[in-house]
Amino acid sequence: MVGIYSPSYVADWLVPGRNLFAAIHVLGIACFIYIVSKRMVPLVRAQRDPRFDHPFIRLGRVSKFWLGQWKHPRYRFAGTLHILIFAGFILLAARAFAVLIVGVSPGFVMPGLSGRTGHIYETLTDYAATVVFLCMVVAAIRRLVFKPARYAVPSKYGKGHTADAVFLLGLIALLMVADSLFSASRFAGHAQQGQPVEALAFLSLPWMLQTAIGSVSLATLWGLNVGAYLVHEITFYFLLCYRPFGIQFHVETSLFSVYFSKLERGTLKPVRWGVSDEHLDQVKSFGVKTFEDFTWKHMLDFYSCADCGRCADNCPAHAVGRPLAPRFLTIKARDYVFQHYPVLGKADNGKSLIGNLYSEEEIWSCTTCGACEEECPLLLEYIDKIVDLRRGMIEDGKVPQSLQKPLKALESRGNPYGKMEKKRADWAKSPDLQLIGPVKVLDGKNGADTLYFVDSITSYDDRMQSIGRATSRILAGLGKNFGILGAAEKDSGHEVRRFGEETLFLALRDHNTEAIKQSGVQCIVTADPHAYNALKRDYKDVPAVEHISQLLAREARAGTLHFNAVDNKDRVFTYHDPCYLGRHNQVYDDPRHVLDSIPGLNRVEMKRSRDRSFCCGGGGLMLFYEPKEEQRMGVVRVRMAAEAGANVIVTACPFCMVNIEDAIKGAGMEGKMSVMDLTELVDQHMVRETGPEKAEKLETVTYGG
Amino acid sequence: MEILVCARRVPDTSENEIEFNAAGNDIERDELVYSVNEADNYAVEEALQIRDRVGGSVTVVTVDGEEGEEILRRELAMGVNHAALVSDDAFNGSDGKGIATILKAFVEKGHYDLILTGVQADDGAAQVGGMVAAMLDYPFASLVNSIALEDGKLRVSREIEGGNREINEIDLPCVLSIQTGINEPRYVGMRGIRQVASVPIPTLAISDLAIDPDAVGEGAAKVKRVDYFVPASSKEAELLHGSRAENANRVLELLAAKGGLK
Repeated sequence: MVGIYSPSYVADWLVPGRNLFAAIHVLGIACFIYIVSKRMVPLVRAQRDPRFDHPFIRLGRVSKFWLGQWKHPRYRFAGTLHILIFAGFILLAARAFAVLIVGVSPGFVMPGLSGRTGHIYETLTDYAATVVFLCMVVAAIRRLVFKPARYAVPSKYGKGHTADAVFLLGLIALLMVADSLFSASRFAGHAQQGQPVEALAFLSLPWMLQTAIGSVSLATLWGLNVGAYLVHEITFYFLLCYRPFGIQFHVETSLFSVYFSKLERGTLKPVRWGVSDEHLDQVKSFGVKTFEDFTWKHMLDFYSCADCGRCADNCPAHAVGRPLAPRFLTIKARDYVFQHYPVLGKADNGKSLIGNLYSEEEIWSCTTCGACEEECPLLLEYIDKIVDLRRGMIEDGKVPQSLQKPLKALESRGNPYGKMEKKRADWAKSPDLQLIGPVKVLDGKNGADTLYFVDSITSYDDRMQSIGRATSRILAGLGKNFGILGAAEKDSGHEVRRFGEETLFLALRDHNTEAIKQSGVQCIVTADPHAYNALKRDYKDVPAVEHISQLLAREARAGTLHFNAVDNKDRVFTYHDPCYLGRHNQVYDDPRHVLDSIPGLNRVEMKRSRDRSFCCGGGGLMLFYEPKEEQRMGVVRVRMAAEAGANVIVTACPFCMVNIEDAIKGAGMEGKMSVMDLTELVDQHMVRETGPEKAEKLETVTYGG
Repeated sequence: MEILVCARRVPDTSENEIEFNAAGNDIERDELVYSVNEADNYAVEEALQIRDRVGGSVTVVTVDGEEGEEILRRELAMGVNHAALVSDDAFNGSDGKGIATILKAFVEKGHYDLILTGVQADDGAAQVGGMVAAMLDYPFASLVNSIALEDGKLRVSREIEGGNREINEIDLPCVLSIQTGINEPRYVGMRGIRQVASVPIPTLAISDLAIDPDAVGEGAAKVKRVDYFVPASSKEAELLHGSRAENANRVLELLAAKGGLK
């Protein structure tokens, strides 16, 4: 029998072709089900995580971030490559399915893909297979020749991933070639037999193969046809069953990771889902201590990571040589789960993660800036995991000495400096405020509409008190009836919570909530993005809160806030996005609008700005932590500002100010670079009803130029 | 090994602004916050680490008023097995020897192989540990910055002025005064303290310990504080206000002039 038929008709093997192909189907699918069910074992033992709400929002995110590949173009070349491969895979899914079925059911055609539609689909997928094949070649060349730095694996994290990556690329390329050759040999055979065939897509891989083999004998074509079929089927099932052992598992899991991704920014997961704050005392163990303390979604994240390295590439801690890379947080966890939940053999679990998988320094190194989460194409979560690990460390007493003192001071004094409560509002009695009079303290005798929540650093730090006074003068200048809590205010607890000290955070939150309620205010304004995020996300039942930049932008847009022109034309300003105003709360435009409302202000953007802003070094308790690092994040940031041509960095966060001010000294750029808070700049330039001559007497902050 | 740690509650120097009272003989104690004396906390951590290595139990004792319970709860949260408050009005005004007398009586009520104290209290005189040892006729090593257990004996080290280290062997039972930095004390948060909130802490009075009332308290104190003040700052201090380069030159000049550079 010479001719081209369905491979299911192969009869000259030990077993009939149909039986062989059916056996491979059954074996492949059974193996895949078995492996995946083994991979699900830890997820069943994991902590609960309610992610089944808002199905339409979640489907919307799937179409944007999964199907739409939304984050991928942030890395132009690799992203484009991935979009092409992804689109190719989606297109080829039906074709691959049909090819697999043909082996056991000759003449099978996918419903809806016959006739003209079928021909169009065939043409499209001829090209899709070609594009995927070419992408594999390009990706392999990138991996082997150009070696982008973000794929490198430092020796402390084990051996490199290049060999595995190239192996997988090769398998996919093989799958494309086998698929194309299967078509090409069939078409070539039919043409030789004089059967009517529609043309393969011009210049596609199948077309080129057909052109190459068009004149070989029918017998050879038949051999090629069934050979290609067998290779295709084996490769397909090998890939299917091999993927759950490495980074390619994301092909299956990414859809679920994106669907179940976290919907709210800036928030933290509770200690235990389903346990209210009042019942936390009944929770035996806080945070993540063993692998099984992770939630099932967080475990799914470990499977879904595609090892693209974008998180670590954007991580400021990694950039300055701290012992943390978000990528390896995940890779190490995945290695752990593969080792401790093996596909063959029994699971052994319950090992302590800290000290074995992760080091204490690694987990304390994170500033929770959110750059990794912003970048991840699969929306994987890091901050919740870091904070959960810290919760476990706090409970086990594993806290560096440098953090113990401020934590203790927060407990006894409500601020990390151990300063007296009664001195919290001393900044508001400064003679600089004589123009507006002392700031009202809302202690029951005084009332106001607006509460200015100052928070600890602005209350106690000599330099940052200037932000408090500038904010007060601005609020007074805008005619706001406002006041402060004074001694009744305690630290917002934003970093207390993010450093894992949930119990202390709840005490601070409850105290402040009560004090805010007592004050009777209708709204809250703050100049501290960390306090802003805490009041907005972590507190419940407090009036609406705004960052001062939002208020200022609104007033500027409404025409109720005007500015005098910048007098020194040599100054070039740049705006540094604080993480908790920008990435975590998406306030990018308001502060820029305020800056651009000042006549004559020359503003440039740093390369890394807005959602790619580079953390200055972290706020709150991070100021007390002594990390192992090669250089300061702030110094890196100041150099970025200089590179952008700026000589004044404007920020909108007291912690950014501390870090950048120190960094300017550290980089030896005193006199060439200066930093100021947005409130200070506005305070200097705003036109007041009292007249500009009075405004000139205000406290002036020196800045360079 | 049965280990006793003697701890004290002191005003936390990092969280208070110390001011004098109107009489000028003591500090203003309203609005002060207290914590366990830092060196004592290192002693507790060391005791816990020894216990975790060789077994046994750790007891913490303090001589204080009712407020002493605050630090005992914190040490219980750290993981000590027992805590005891020794409290009696008759103890008020005791000097170092009086406190040592009270602690000696407490030690004799139990069976301790090892007694640790902090090297000194923030507001103390580093005398109680040595006195307790002498009264018990136990060997004593001070300024200890490492402890190793070998064949029923301890090898303890201390730092000698100038940075050298000395290792001494010492028989058990003994008393050691522990230097800060010997370890990294574990953190105790509010949650830990809450979890031990209902653990009973026995209070022992003078009668429970059969102490002679004439040996303790103000009447027995032979060392009495007569003054308390901040010394006037030295006239030698010089603040440099120039640029960085000018300051650096001036520092070099001064060092050379005072013989600091050779």
